[in-house]
Formats: sequence, structure tokens, C-alpha cells
Amino acid sequence: MTDFLQLFVSGMATGAIYGLAALGFTLLWQASGTINFAQGEFVMLPAFAMLGFASFGAPLLASFVLTCVVAVVVLGWAFKRGIADPLLRHGLMPIVVATIGLAIAMRNGVRAGYSAEAHPFPSLFADKLFNIAGVTLTLADVGTLVMALLLVFATQAFLQKTVTGRAMQAVAQNTDSATVLGIDVPRMIFYTFAINALLACAAALLVTPTYLAKFDMGEPLGTKAFFAAIIGGFNNSRGALLGGLIVGVSENLAAAYISPTYKDAVALVVFMLVILFKPQGLLGKKVERKV
Amino acid sequence: MNRFHRTLIATALLAAAGFAQAQATIKIAVLQELSGAGATAGTNAKNGVLLAVKEINAAGGVLGKKIEATVSDTQSNPGVAKGLATKAVDDDVFAVFGPTFSGSIMVSMAETKRAQIPNFTGGEAAAITQQGNPYIFRTSFTQASAMPKVARYIAGTLKAKTVAVMFVNNDFGKGGRDSFNKAAEAAGIKVVADISTESGQVDWAAPVLKAKQSNADAVFVYTNEEESARALRELRKQGWAKAVVGETTLTGQKVIELAGDAANGAVAHVGLTVDAPNPLMLKFKAKFFQEYKYISDHNGIKGYTGVYMLKAAIEKTGKLDRVAVAKTLHGLKISAAKEPGVIMDVAIDANGDLDRESFIVEVKNGKQDVKETLPPLGKL
Amino acid sequence: MKKIHLVGLVAVLALLLAVPPFLKNYGIYLFSYWLVFVIATMGLNLTVGYAGQKSLGHAAFFGIGAYTVAILLKAGISFWLGLPLAMAGCFVIGLALGFPALRVQTIYLAFATLGFNTAVWLVMRNEEWLTGGTFGINNVARPSLFGFSLDGNLAYYYFVLGMAVLLGALLWGLLRSPWGKAFTALRDNPIRAESLGIHIQAYTLLSFAIGAVYAGIAGALFASLVQFIEPAPFAVSASIMMYLMVVVGGPGYFFGPLLGSAVGVLLPEWLRFAQAWYLFVFGAAVVLLMLWLPDGLLSIPDRLRARRQAREASAARSAAAAKLGAGA
Repeated sequence: MTDFLQLFVSGMATGAIYGLAALGFTLLWQASGTINFAQGEFVMLPAFAMLGFASFGAPLLASFVLTCVVAVVVLGWAFKRGIADPLLRHGLMPIVVATIGLAIAMRNGVRAGYSAEAHPFPSLFADKLFNIAGVTLTLADVGTLVMALLLVFATQAFLQKTVTGRAMQAVAQNTDSATVLGIDVPRMIFYTFAINALLACAAALLVTPTYLAKFDMGEPLGTKAFFAAIIGGFNNSRGALLGGLIVGVSENLAAAYISPTYKDAVALVVFMLVILFKPQGLLGKKVERKV
Repeated sequence: MNRFHRTLIATALLAAAGFAQAQATIKIAVLQELSGAGATAGTNAKNGVLLAVKEINAAGGVLGKKIEATVSDTQSNPGVAKGLATKAVDDDVFAVFGPTFSGSIMVSMAETKRAQIPNFTGGEAAAITQQGNPYIFRTSFTQASAMPKVARYIAGTLKAKTVAVMFVNNDFGKGGRDSFNKAAEAAGIKVVADISTESGQVDWAAPVLKAKQSNADAVFVYTNEEESARALRELRKQGWAKAVVGETTLTGQKVIELAGDAANGAVAHVGLTVDAPNPLMLKFKAKFFQEYKYISDHNGIKGYTGVYMLKAAIEKTGKLDRVAVAKTLHGLKISAAKEPGVIMDVAIDANGDLDRESFIVEVKNGKQDVKETLPPLGKL
Repeated sequence: MKKIHLVGLVAVLALLLAVPPFLKNYGIYLFSYWLVFVIATMGLNLTVGYAGQKSLGHAAFFGIGAYTVAILLKAGISFWLGLPLAMAGCFVIGLALGFPALRVQTIYLAFATLGFNTAVWLVMRNEEWLTGGTFGINNVARPSLFGFSLDGNLAYYYFVLGMAVLLGALLWGLLRSPWGKAFTALRDNPIRAESLGIHIQAYTLLSFAIGAVYAGIAGALFASLVQFIEPAPFAVSASIMMYLMVVVGGPGYFFGPLLGSAVGVLLPEWLRFAQAWYLFVFGAAVVLLMLWLPDGLLSIPDRLRARRQAREASAARSAAAAKLGAGA
């Protein structure tokens, strides 16, 4: 039983990270119809940015804050203005293709311009171990899970309890009505991009100590985040976290009890089942097709 | 100046030098993994080769001719490696160094064999020298000769009766696991867990748990650099207090850097280590650090000694004839006293395999500490 | 086909026929490699460009074709038997992949095909008894045609070229037939197409199946070209690159795959020394292309024409307006 719990808890920590990445992805999709295939790279770039700031002597938290600022400008504003705005009116696929290209560019830009190797990354949490009922946890595991949950719930609270948040939801549900109601739609959409950038920075801070900063760290993360987002419900924020946790835990359990070589297939299988039987996701709402 | 710029300038300069001296240079192709899963190994090997080339050229070259090296990135992809080998053959190079990754060399060496070009590799898979290729030469031990030494250490020194094996699911890892299992059986050790892991695996909770559940006396970890670091961390996290043993990769410099404290206590059989108590090795370590500003790993040593092995063979043959040099290499014994570039005495056999001293290394305080020096298998 | 297109095509063919004998091994290898991808992306162009489906799993069929032929060759079965088997297998599996397309739309379909690709790749990598796993299958033989051995690089190149021309002609014929019109109707407005009596389920499945067959043939040719196959070239990243190649060339343009493959396969191989920077430029170019030329490179003539027509129309309008004004 302790083994099962050990795997479960480790999986929750990993899953919380997938959930964070999936959350930003879902928000962008909800608010502006942007499918961001470069979501994984949006986590990779802040990781390297933080390493960059740190190499100039800045302590970790200061680097994090600086990176957040840069991320909001680059991954939020510049991404929105430069890529999302011009392409969204052409439908779904152009933005998908553009973000695929963006992902390739970002990945290889870092690989060629900085380094092709893995780099260690300082952890926010001290290197402590706990042993609860036979299950070993690091402070990082617990801390990551707690922080991810806090961020998700904070985002939810922001969206539901504040005026701005509700305005953003209105934009997501019906852009035209929102405009008619006097909501500054472009600004609300910008806020969404900004929140995505911040969530990506947070994910980078939490996950890079384990993943190690490498130019291709974004690939597996991004893929799992997409699956997690769809499993949880592409148009629901809490679904993103749930999807992430499901993927993280089931992967670990499958690796231990079924087959380690087919570990990556687990997220796939769950995903396939979900889209065939409940395409709106576990917590999502049905979407109509326009004629 | 980043790596790409350096390589481009180096290549351009070398090409320019080549133009100036057309036939008066010895061309070698350096095909290494400069990106992808093998980036660490390939980059180090390339740096080792280039350092040796620089030294040899500064000392007057081989048989009066300078060596001209062109570097290409195989991207850890065997298909690409094969294409690059074809290109090297077209360029009529004298020798090829690399690729390092076992999967890639197995494929690219068909090209160099066809063109009768001596091909040096740091790859460790046993199968490399079992293909009947008279043009392949190792710069490191084969898994087939390294694993028995590991097994002997586990059975003899650690007195362990059972071992859990964690390996990476690629040809390097599987080849190692197969060789180890054979060696373990011969040494009387029982393998109680066979744990497959992925290249690039991030979450090690499940594999380590399996090792714990098997109640083995020791765990043998045979994975690539980054994965080894993560495995070590998870082992420490889950409170593994028993022996952690590896072969070459486990106690590499990069792994120590990435795993931090978790690397302490890991033991590995290592064919080459910059921390060997050998004055020539320490000189190499210093020269490499001065040139590249970081400490070399075993791949750097492989690249460096490989070039000097070629030099020794060319000088013994007396002429730049690829077929003759390859014949000379088989059965060649090079002593470090006569050719300091090879750092340790080495003998090359008819298959292209090496025989050399090796070491048992333990990681202490973030450094490799040589515990034992093991003699070569035959007489040198 | 317009006169200028015909002339262009003949010129390209002449180049492809005449130049390779003057190239060294590596050059011939590059051209063959490029043509193999042209075949694969022609199939994807049908599925994505003409039929408007979203397929991010094309490399899986590429791999299935390659492994089928390689495994059978190793077992002693001729390439000429392996090839039709590969085609049939891909057709069936392609049909099967089409089924999710009937149930899910656009982005979900894209992810479903991505998932399919990953699943196939996992099988290729794990089932060592069948595929050799990560060790792959080495020394894949090249076939011989009517007693002629295609082992030499140049001979094999001409074989691949012949296949590419043949398959291209078949595709051309398909697209000019009523089937082709049905595919484009499916792309532009499926519900309207159905109301016109086009059996969209069948055409959806067919678009996947035919595309898959092309990829399977390309895979078989690839296996004998590189003479070593392992799972890596058939992973999701390869599918994504193929998709990008179709998009860059111009989805729905017949010669799009030629151009797209050149940009996606030929140029990177040629510029291999600058690999990472090349991919960086490629990625950035894709983004810019989407911003300015969302219909791909081959849409440039159309755009120029449209702009010229718009300018002429507005000139005509202002001339007419001036006349009216003068008359009033």
C-alpha cells in the first residue's frame, strides 16, 4: 500500500506541473481561441531566462520576478500582437501552424544560441525529505503541489470574483456581446495572455530543478499539457488541473504495475477514451458545431 | 563566442589552411553528437579530438603533414550519421572519428568499411566489434570486457549476492544490460530485477520503487548522463542505503554536476577518468581545462587518445596508406612512454578492441576518487 | 495545365534526370531522400490540403511502410511483394484512422492523429522481437527490377524518381476526377457537401486511406534508400515537419509538396553544418509565412494576380466614375 501511495504522491507532484501548463493553454483557448502549440517552450524560455539572470548574480526570487516581467512583455504582449491577433481571424489552423513554427524556432534558437546540453537549476525548496506513513516525500514535491494548487485556485478566484475576471469570462463566452456591453475586449484578451505567461514562469520555476534546463525540455511537457487540457475539459480551468493530475498519477501507476516501456501510452489511452466518449472533456461543457 | 561560431570559424580557418596546402594535409572527419540525447558525450569527444589535432599540428604534424579536421553534427540520429559518413567518404578523408553513440556508429561504419577508411569510435556496445569490420577501432572498452570487471567488483568487494539492474531502453543500455547479465551469472550474482527506463525519463519514482521492492543487495544503474543524475537523486530521496554501482556514465563529470550531493557514494568501473593517479592524465586534464574552461569527461579522453593512436599507427607504417595503417593498428601495442598522447599503455586486438588499465571510482565530495586500479586483461 | 506550368514541369524533370550523374554519392543520396519525402507529402497534401482534414500522424504510415518492407526483406520476401503488402496495410490502417475524424473535429482530430502516431512509434520501439526496437533493422537490401540491380545509388535514384512521377500522375488524375471535386467540397464546407449528396463519411475515410498509402510507399522506398531503419524518423516530430512542409509549399496546390519538401528536407541536409540555426530560421520562417502567406509559397502567383486584378478593377471603377461625373 505504501508503494501505491508513494507512486500516487510522486505522480501528483508531476501532474500538478502538467496542470499548470495545461491551465494557461486552456485559458488562452477559452478567451481568444488561440491554440498554443509552443506552450512547452513558453515554460522552457523563462527557465533559461532565470538562469541567465542568475549568471549575472541575481538571487533566485529576483530572477523570477524579472523573468515574469520579461515574459509578460514577450510571451504575453508581443506574442499576442505579433502572432495571435493577425492570425485569429483566419480560423484555427494558421495559429496552430504558426505556434508550431514558433516552438521549433524557440527550441533551436536556444540550442544554437545558448547550449545544447542540460543545465542544473536551483530549487526553490530546500533539499529536505519527509517520511509520512512509509511514503518518502521531498519538500519540493509537497511545495510544488501546494503552489500549483494555490495558483490554480487563485486564477479561478480572480476569474470568478473580480470584475476584470468576469469581464474576461464574458469575452471568452461571447466576444460580440462583450463588446456591445462596453468591455474592452482586446485588453481582456491581453490579460489572458499575460496570465498564461505568468503561469508558464511559475511552472518553469517549479519544474526545472527536476527536468533540468535543456532546450528540448518543453517538448514532453507541452505534449502532456495538451492531453491534460483535453482530458480535463478544453473549456474549463479546473479541468486543466484535474487532467494534469490524472495524467501524472496514471503514468506512474502504469509504469510500476503495467509496463514501463508503454508509460507514455497511458496519457494517450485516457485521451483517446475521453475524446471518443466525452469529447468535451471530463469537466467540460458541450460545444456546438456551426454550419 | 558560442560553440557554433567557434566551430564555424575553426572550420573556415581549417578550410582556408586546406586550400593553401591542398594535398599536404591529412584530412579527418569528426562526426559527433553535438545535439540530441548524445550532446554531452559527442561534444566532449569532439573537443578531445580537436585538442589532440591542435597539439599534433603545433608539434609539426604527422610525417610532416598537418591534420585537417572537419566537424559535423550527427544529432544523435543514426540516419544522419550514415549520411555524414557518406559525405566523409566522398571527401576522401584519411580517418573518421565518431560517432560516439553506439546506435549511430553501428550504422555509419558500413560506409567507412566499404570505403576502407579507419573509423575510431568511443561507442561501447559489444556488437560494434562483432561485425567483422576490419576498419573499426575502439577508443574505449567494449561492454563485453568491462562488465565482467564490474561483476567481479560487486561479487568480490561488495560481497553482494543479488542485484537490481536499471538500464535505459536504447541500444547502449540494452547492450550493457545483456553483457552485465552474462557477467553476473558467471560471477555467481543473481539479477533479481530487470528495470527498463526511458531515454529522457524525468520521473524515477517507479523504477526506484521496483528496485526497493526487489530487496537486492545492490543496484546497477546503466543509463545516459542526465538520466543517471535523476536516478541518483531519486535513489537518495527514497532512502536507498545500499550500494549503487555503475559503469563509466554513472560517475561522469556531468552527472556529478547535475546530481549534486546525491552522487556521493556512487561507485563505478571506469575505463578512463581525468582523476586517475597518472601524471599524463593530470596533464591532459589541465590542458583540456585551459583550452575549454571545463573539466573533460571520459569522452574527451577517448577523442584525444584516439587521434594519438592514429598518429602512432601512421608513424609505424611510415606512409599515408589507409589500408596499411588499418593493418598496423590490429595488434599494435602503444606505450605511453613513447607516445604520451595515449596517456596509458594500450593494445589493440584483431577485432579493434582495446586492452588497457581501468579504475574503480567512487564519488566523494563531488569528485571522482580512484579506489582501485585494475590491470589490463592481457600482457601489454 | 497552363503552358507556363508545363514548360516549368518539363524543365524540372529534365534537371532531375540530367544532373544526378554528375553528383557524388552524397548529392544523389540527397536527391533521392528529397523525392521520397515528396511522395509522402503528396499523400498528406491530399488529406490535409485537398480534403481539409487535420492529420498530424502521417509519419506513422511512413514508418509502417518502411518496417513492413524491411521486416519482410529480412525474412527473405521480395521487395515487390512487400511493397503491395505495405500499401494494403497502410490503406486499411488509414481507413481506421479516418473513423475518429468522423466523430471529432479540427483540433481534437489533430490531437487524435498525434496520439495515433505516438502509439505506433511506441510499438515500433518496444516490440523488439518484431521491429528490432531501438536497435532497428540494419542492412536493408535494395530490390532489383527485371533483373537490373537497383543497388547502386544512381540506379536507385532513378527508380525513386520514376515512382514519384508515376504517383504524381496518378494523384493528378485523381484530383481532376469527380473524386477530386468531392474532396475539395469536403474541405470547404462539409455540411453543404452532404446536402448535395456527397457521401462525406466515405470521402473522409478515403482521404486518410489514400494519403496513408502514399506515405507507405514512401516509407518502403525510404527503407531501401537509407538501408537502416529505426523508430526515430517516424515519431511525432517527423509528422509535424511533414505537415509544415505541406503548409509551407501550399496546401491544396499540386506542386506544394515539391517545394515544401525541398525546404523541409533538402535545405536542412545541405545546410547541416548550421543545423540548429537552420531550424531556427525555418521555424521563424513558418511563423512569418503564416502571417503573410497563409496559403503557402505557391500562393504567391495567385496573390500577385489577385492584387493586379484588384488594381485594374479599381482603376476601371475610377475611370467609370470619372466618366459618369463628366457626363452628369
